Amino acid sequence: MILAINPECINVKVGFEIHQQLATENKLFCSCKCEETENYKIFFKRNLRPTQSELGMYDAAALFESNKMHTIKYHAAAGSCCLVEADEEPPHEVNREALETALIVSLTLHSKVVDEIHVMRKIVIDGSNTSGFQRTMLIANGGYLDINGKKIGVQTICLEEDAAKLISDNGTIREYGLDRLGVPLVEIALEPVSGKPQEIMQVARTLGRLLRASKRVARGLGSIRQDVNISVDNGNVVEVKGVQQLDQLIKVIEYEMLRQHGLILIAQKLKKNNINAEVGIGDRIEDVTNILSKSTSKVVKKSLADDDNKGVFKAIRVKGFSGMIGFEPYPDIRIGKQLSELVRFYGLGGVFHSDELPNYGIGSEQVDAIKKKLQVVDDTDAFVIVGGQRDRVEFAVDALVKRLKMALNGVPAETRAATFDGKTTFSRPRSGSGRMYPETDIQPIPINNALLDSLSDRIPRPWDEIIDTLAKKHRMNKKLAEQVFDSPYLSLFEEIANSTKIQPTFIASKLTEDLVSLQRQGLDTALLNENMILDAFERLNAGIVAKESIVLIFEKIMKKESKTIDEAVAALGIMPVNEQELQRIIDKILEENMSIVKSKGIASFGTLMGRCMSVLRGKVDGEKINSVLKQKLEQLLASNTGLKTQEYQD
Amino acid sequence: MLEINALPNEEKKLTVSEYKGKSLTLLTDKGISVGDTIKISTSDNEFIAILMPRYESADENHIVVKLKSGYNIGIELSKIQFITKVDQRSYQNVSTNDSLLQIRRGGAQHDDWKKEPPPRIALISTGGTIASRIDYRTGGVHAALSASDLYASIPELVKHASIDPEVLLNEYSENLKPEHWTLIANKVSEKVRSGKYHGIIISHGTDTMHYTASALSFALQNLPIPVVLVGAQRSSDRPSSDAALNLIGATIFSVKSNYSGVFVAMHASSSDDVIACHIGTRVRKNHTSRRDAFESIDMMPVALVKGESVEMQPPQQRYVKLQERNNSGHNNFIVKSNFDSRVILLKYYPGFDPDLLSHSIMRSTYRAIILEGTGLGHVSRECIPKIQKAVESGMMVFMTSQCIWGRVRMTVYDTGRDLLDIGVIPLSDTLPETAIVKAMWVIANSNSTESAKKMMQENIANEMTTVTPIMDK
Repeated sequence: MILAINPECINVKVGFEIHQQLATENKLFCSCKCEETENYKIFFKRNLRPTQSELGMYDAAALFESNKMHTIKYHAAAGSCCLVEADEEPPHEVNREALETALIVSLTLHSKVVDEIHVMRKIVIDGSNTSGFQRTMLIANGGYLDINGKKIGVQTICLEEDAAKLISDNGTIREYGLDRLGVPLVEIALEPVSGKPQEIMQVARTLGRLLRASKRVARGLGSIRQDVNISVDNGNVVEVKGVQQLDQLIKVIEYEMLRQHGLILIAQKLKKNNINAEVGIGDRIEDVTNILSKSTSKVVKKSLADDDNKGVFKAIRVKGFSGMIGFEPYPDIRIGKQLSELVRFYGLGGVFHSDELPNYGIGSEQVDAIKKKLQVVDDTDAFVIVGGQRDRVEFAVDALVKRLKMALNGVPAETRAATFDGKTTFSRPRSGSGRMYPETDIQPIPINNALLDSLSDRIPRPWDEIIDTLAKKHRMNKKLAEQVFDSPYLSLFEEIANSTKIQPTFIASKLTEDLVSLQRQGLDTALLNENMILDAFERLNAGIVAKESIVLIFEKIMKKESKTIDEAVAALGIMPVNEQELQRIIDKILEENMSIVKSKGIASFGTLMGRCMSVLRGKVDGEKINSVLKQKLEQLLASNTGLKTQEYQD
Repeated sequence: MLEINALPNEEKKLTVSEYKGKSLTLLTDKGISVGDTIKISTSDNEFIAILMPRYESADENHIVVKLKSGYNIGIELSKIQFITKVDQRSYQNVSTNDSLLQIRRGGAQHDDWKKEPPPRIALISTGGTIASRIDYRTGGVHAALSASDLYASIPELVKHASIDPEVLLNEYSENLKPEHWTLIANKVSEKVRSGKYHGIIISHGTDTMHYTASALSFALQNLPIPVVLVGAQRSSDRPSSDAALNLIGATIFSVKSNYSGVFVAMHASSSDDVIACHIGTRVRKNHTSRRDAFESIDMMPVALVKGESVEMQPPQQRYVKLQERNNSGHNNFIVKSNFDSRVILLKYYPGFDPDLLSHSIMRSTYRAIILEGTGLGHVSRECIPKIQKAVESGMMVFMTSQCIWGRVRMTVYDTGRDLLDIGVIPLSDTLPETAIVKAMWVIANSNSTESAKKMMQENIANEMTTVTPIMDK
């Protein structure tokens, strides 16, 4: 059933937390290089355990992670990792270059820098930090971002270390690469804004441009990540992590609007049906392993086979929820799906619930048996079943009961992960602010006015000015200049444009439109590094390859068909053709096509050009062929009276 | 008289004592203590925050507050226009029962031991924190040493033993002295003689843990059960701390080892998987910060704890003498817990001033010199007459090597032979740190210089071996 509510009417508030890697040479707390690699040679295994707070309680998120009982395997590479990344040596002093950048960003955003910076440890025990905490420091409070005269408030600006790179997670062993751990990040949290997703996106885009204008931040995929705090009226704040691209962001906001509003509609309906926490949500929990062992369901069989055939199934009675677990106020938005996402966190496949049964190989016989065991007598009662390894199932049952109770209040505060297709999926309960304590290995850093004054000279020019200058200097239109500025290749573009005679608009369009189009075909730009791009353009500048070859070369590399520009050039059959050879080839083509020349005269140019291109495409620049052919044809016609000499059309 | 700073695990009361000068005056005037919620207006901002402690070494121009976001910041005193207390810190009664229920790691409950009582282990705490709690409110880290705290922090322990914790000392290990060794040895002796325990675990700061291990190895002879020292290279307030696994390893070894004696149990590698158990006189801290800083010198660790099993390293038994465990009998158990600290350890280096050896303080203060010589056991020619004088005056002079690995052999070169001629006594493969501890013990437990010299040349607790195995370092 779809309710007739226009999503446009849902009032959404979005607060951005932008994490931008800085383009420093070294990491934040050691002298290792900030370079991504997959060339790992060193491995070690660790377990993290939650630390107990003074109140005898463990942080909810930390406990949640530890419940998953993971072993973590770390992969390290020399050059980008030392004992600091391995959590085998105390952190060194804070990287001054990174600190200065964070201060400059703060000044640019009119934010108030704190008098003394204290490095904190923020507990994170998913393994992404070897220490079990992320080191972070508050640099500045307040300030604003100016978007066409409208001021978007800044809450805080922090400087922190990036986390390790997740390589894989099979449910028992999670693997991380340590090359990214410790790369400096600035985290900028903006005040929540409301509006249409498109308008909200403009905020993220503007902030990104402002950061890039400093020329002190890293570019490229993964160098900027947005966490977005999304809430709708009457709902809790949901934190969505891992949004990497702006077009993905719009979809995420739209999806969350529907999901959160849908959950509120479900809560309203439950309330209307007089369902509350007292009616009995999870008041009976029974082992239904024996009942389900008779099912023909493949999913059930697989779960039972877990843990050396010691898999179990448990059923939870949920009073008053019949019809509500599968109820979809919007397509695909239902409690059942939220529950399945939740148990996946415990390494379980999903849940079955009474609104969808009998189905999936679970017959009415089994459904009745489960109902009997749970003493489900009322038509309004529902049940949820979950299966797999015993200890996981036990944790999952607790979590499911809690989550079902939360359904009464609509949107639970939680952290979700963005998916590539612009949806979100549950990742963990939202962590509180209570999990920070001081990093006692590093002394506080006083910030004096003299330092701030000296840095205020280094506030970057506004990004729109930079784009205007870029457009003017290279005689490009504004849109192309913006594309270059937004791309990871601004510096590379300037380098190529300044060091070669190639048309800047040509360079710009190859680096933006053509690369984006290759990327849209599913090819990986990461395979094509800046040196390769520079090499290809230098060859073009030297006349060794033709304009037409540039994209073909990029494609070869990105398709993994060639590893180097040399290989790509060879694979494409691009051999340098010198002037003499060019003359010889064109002469030969003219000779072979003398009959057309004789019959059509100058009008044969088009056909001849086509023949020349089929031999010389990619090897010699098209314009060059054009001019040589034109000259030769004219000479030929002039020396042969009787041949047609009328003007030709190109 | 030694003052021993024995501190029960009672919370340190928070005041403003960490502040000094101008900041202290301001806070005292306003009646504000650490932990109070305060409101502060500065020339450009306003905060409601909690007053935090200040590092003792930090300046007096800032006060530290924790914002609602959890971040600490320092606020410059001169910018404060207004400051007032909004709310007093409340001291809540700490209960760990909830967390015990919450954390079910390891899964086992006390029920596992319904059929037969679990092996009992005494845990003597001397400093460093094997388990701790963080006060996120103030950032303080407190030792968690009651039995319930321990089980709450490391629930896996329940599966292996019933642990009786006792806080004996609370000291950074660099502050420990030979008098502390005596105190620890006597406490261990008391526990051993009670006959209640399968093993004794001593939690210890790592810096001087190998000295204490040596000291106990000499002081506690014919031990019927294992005595295992354990520490942590990453403090226990971190999720990545090695403390829990080290303690679990020490517990498993204490319960399952077939041998008694004094051991050190720490990580075998950077990974959280294997715990290496080292003989107390043959172990050394060889790295400032790594988890596997402790290494057995010139031998493999005597046992490895992998998962829940103890793997003895059989070839070791050819080189060292290990005593069989005897849970029920402590009749042969001997305690000689006195140490005489009149021993000096001198490391020779190019440019070493030979006059140091003949200085009057040397003669009046010390009874023995342990030399940490170069290579096979050498010092420069200029030192020889000075050493000779020292020996003639009744000082005992022993030679060890700064190479750490390998044994001294003073008959190979002239210098060595000359040193032997003047009465320098080579200590074979005794580690320099073990040698000084042994000398302190020998002096306190012998009745003449001659018998002391004799004891120094005898192997008492595997500190001196006859075989150096071939192994990859």
